[in-house]
Formats: sequence, structure tokens, C-alpha cells
Amino acid sequence: MKLTVSGNEKEYADGLSVAQLIELEKVETPQYVTVSVNDEFVESGAFAETSLNAGDIVEFLYFMGGGQYGF
Amino acid sequence: MAFSNEQLERYSRHIILQEVGAKGQKKLMDAKVLIIGAGGLGAPAALYLAAAGVGTIGIADADEVDLSNLQRQVIHSTPDVGKAKVLSAKESMNAINPEVTVNTYQEFVDASNITDLIADYDFIIDGTDNFPAKFLINDACVLSKKPFSHAGIIRFKGQLMTYVPGAGPCYRCVFREPPPPEAVPTCRQAGVIGAIGGIIGSLQAMETVKFIIGKGDLLTGSLLTYDALKMEFRKIKLPKAKNCAVCGESPSILKPFDYEQAVCKL
Ligand SMILES: [Zn+2]
Repeated sequence: MKLTVSGNEKEYADGLSVAQLIELEKVETPQYVTVSVNDEFVESGAFAETSLNAGDIVEFLYFMGGGQYGF
Repeated sequence: MAFSNEQLERYSRHIILQEVGAKGQKKLMDAKVLIIGAGGLGAPAALYLAAAGVGTIGIADADEVDLSNLQRQVIHSTPDVGKAKVLSAKESMNAINPEVTVNTYQEFVDASNITDLIADYDFIIDGTDNFPAKFLINDACVLSKKPFSHAGIIRFKGQLMTYVPGAGPCYRCVFREPPPPEAVPTCRQAGVIGAIGGIIGSLQAMETVKFIIGKGDLLTGSLLTYDALKMEFRKIKLPKAKNCAVCGESPSILKPFDYEQAVCKL
């Protein structure tokens, strides 16, 4: 199935979950990333049980605070 | 109030713009903007807003200028090392534009003083470098119904969003809680390219000007991200979180509060 992840359309395995996508895309600091699918936030506790569908638009949003915590 | 000849000349490049004009310039001159943090983001924002003739600019920062600040905090100069940042910033702003009233607050901004601090201002710029301060500014602005510009920078990346009361998500809608300080590398391991502050801080100044003159589209409901190495800007749509702890349907945060500060300071 095709997904648009961070603005790039690519082919992914059917039935992929948000948690699996995070691992596949090697998302930095995965425990603190915010995920939106089709302009709705996915609760972080629901990453594993949320499966993606063809055509979904996924965005990863990262903490960026300045030098202090070093992201 | 009519413009003096000097003002007409100083602001001529603004006044000639259809979107600004004499009316917009007057709005800028009547506006009051608070910048929290006179660092990498606050420096360019303060310089451009002073140059633009924003009538009153408040600047809050407890720190003194350090030699390691000068690589990016362009409002301070080498002879300012050791001087209060707010004083050094005020001198630079008034050197550019003596007409601007600069209010300095040499203090740590925390839950005890933020509500009073922001009360007098029309727009707030978050130019801080740490998550406890960013969440505090967000909560206080949401609770006091103040528009503000949030931004963050690190290494070769930066991002910003604009909160306007009643018009889109707040910072906490996107990021629920600050990450625990022990979970991530310390500031010494990070780093930031100086010009990133210039780019993102200038974009914060641009959002401020647009808000004041009431023209164009603000970054409400959007996060603009910039990756300098890829030389790529992206505008990511941000939904509102119905369950947001401060701006959601049944908020649990009813007054500003402080998170514990990390020990590492910039
Ligand atoms: Zn919110």
C-alpha cells in the first residue's frame, strides 16, 4: 500500500501499524515523537494497535527546544 | 497622530507596501510585544521588531552575556560580555531605533510572575531554550488568551508555530508533556548553527508583524519546519487535540505551573 510519510509517498507492507512504521523509518527519539495520521493525532499509547491504511498521510512531529536537552 | 518627516523616511519601505501603509505602520508603533529570552531566537526577533518601529518591546532574560553566546546571539557584542542580556539587548535595539520603548525584565520567568508579565502585551515571542519554559509560556498564554509565537532550534534544524486564541491548536495539543531531562543527551553534546537562530527568530518577527498589521496567513494550525542541511522547509498541518490539558474540552491545567528545570544551562 502507498503511504505519504513526512511528505514522501512510498510503498509499505499492508497492515503496518504506527509503531512498526516508527521502527521502519528509524524515527529519532521514538518514545517522544508525536504522530498525526490524516491530520488527527494518534495517542502514543495507541501506536501499536493503530494500523495504517492505503493513502494515509503520516507526519512525525519532534520536540525541538534549543540546546538544553540536546534533541 | 501624523508621522514626522524622520518617521516617514525611516519607515518609508514599510509605508510604501500596500499591506502595511501608514495605517499598518501606525499599528506597529502602537503595538506592545514581549520577547521571552534574549538568546539565539530572541536576538534577531528583537532587532527586526525594533527596526520595524514596534512601539513597546519587553525583553525578559535573567542571564548575562557569555562569550559562548556571541556565535549566534547577534544582538550582543564582544564588549557586552558580563553585562545583563536585557540591558545589552535594549542598547542594541535603541541604537537601531531610539523611538522604541524597551522594557527590561532581568528575571527568571516562572509560574509566579508570567501572568503579570504577559498581561500588558499584545503578542508574545517564545525565544527560550528549554522545555519547561516553553510549556509555561504556552499554558500562560492560552489561559490569558494571548497570541504567541513558539519556536525551537537545535543543530541544523528549527521549527515554529503561532498560537492565536480560538484559532487552532496550542503547543500542548502537539506535545503533551516535556520529555524527561535524564532521557536525552545534555546541552554540551548538542550544538546549534548560529544562522538557524537568525532564520527562525526572523520568522517569529515576521509572524508578529503580520499579526499586528492583520495581513496574510499565520502559522496557526501549522508547524513550519526547516532543515538547513537538506535546505528544506515543510509546513505540517496541526490538528487541535480535543483532550488537550490546557485548551481542550475539559482542561486540567487551570493556572500556570513550573516543571522542574534541568540542571544543564546554556
Ligand atoms: Zn492545546
